[in-house]
Amino acid sequence: MTDYALILVSTVLVNNFVLVKFLGLCPFMGVSRKLETATGMALATTFVLTLSSVCSYLVNEYLLAPLALEYLRTISFILVIAVVVQFTEMVVHKTSPVLYQVLGIFLPLITTNCAVLGVALLNVQQRHGFLESAVYGFGAAVGFSLVLILFAAMRERLTVADVPEAFRGPAIALVTAGLMSMAFMGFAGLVKG
Amino acid sequence: MVTALLVLGILGAVFGLLLGYAAVRYRVEGDPLVEKIDAILPQTQCGQCGYPGCRPYAEAIAKGEAEINQCPPGGEAVVLALADLLGRDPLPLAEEHPKEPEKKVAFIHEELCIGCTLCIQACPVDAILGAAKQMHTVIADECTGCELCLPPCPVDCIEMLPLQPDLDHWVWPEPETPDYTSKDDATADKMRRKA
Repeated sequence: MTDYALILVSTVLVNNFVLVKFLGLCPFMGVSRKLETATGMALATTFVLTLSSVCSYLVNEYLLAPLALEYLRTISFILVIAVVVQFTEMVVHKTSPVLYQVLGIFLPLITTNCAVLGVALLNVQQRHGFLESAVYGFGAAVGFSLVLILFAAMRERLTVADVPEAFRGPAIALVTAGLMSMAFMGFAGLVKG
Repeated sequence: MVTALLVLGILGAVFGLLLGYAAVRYRVEGDPLVEKIDAILPQTQCGQCGYPGCRPYAEAIAKGEAEINQCPPGGEAVVLALADLLGRDPLPLAEEHPKEPEKKVAFIHEELCIGCTLCIQACPVDAILGAAKQMHTVIADECTGCELCLPPCPVDCIEMLPLQPDLDHWVWPEPETPDYTSKDDATADKMRRKA
């Protein structure tokens, strides 16, 4: 049990995917302009990341590993993630229109999110089991959501702040992201690994 | 090598079948009119209509938010087919999707001006210079292009001319940002009130 808790703390705070591993930066910069869209994106990513890390674990463990086809990992993970996202989009569209309205436009965007593939590949690299993979994926997603929502809230404040002209727009956003990253470095040492 | 090909091929086929089945099984019944309009559109997803794809454009037409002539790839044939389907009059193909109107400022043809001062009284920003029986002129920098000076002029000597960009006025065009939600305005208002 402590193992899972450690994985969770480690992925959310210490080895945060966005600020420490620098994965998933495009949605981090792209969808963080408004708090509401950031929340939608965060929810959709949590959903997809957990699901896809489990699915890619299954494919790796029961299809690629027995046939000694580990070198096909990247391409088959991409395939699995794309299909899982498409499939969930269809199911959600049919079963829950409300959820679809919240997540709908973000689901296809996440297919190409590098954090999703990154989590799947790191799971294999670190030899995680089934539950560990799920927790790792979920933790990564929670970390991503936390950072994305914090960042979006800051950017909303920044739009009304008096920023020097040379720093307006993406420049101040990147400066903010850098400061946030440094702040998260403060968690290093909280958990080993 | 052969196993690799087989595994990837089978994986792809299984996933394809799964998605195909899901598309039928979890089909969402939409507005039948949208389906029909969508079937006429060329499905190039080019976005030249100003919508993010053919289906959003079809939805906008069905709601009556968009005209039927905004699809350049479809050309006249699509306009005619849509007009036929919707029972509307066919329209000539729009050149481009509507852009933001050009910024215009008032210009007084000075040789026609009789110096009546009526336009000076109408101008809300005091952008018109002149006195009674003296010819008037517009300070282009001050003019907001509100057109309030046009109706009072008895000799119709005021014309709205597009503002020519020069070194002092030209700014980089703003990059177009996609609109992710329709609730953006509420957030922006909230921010403004807080600030």
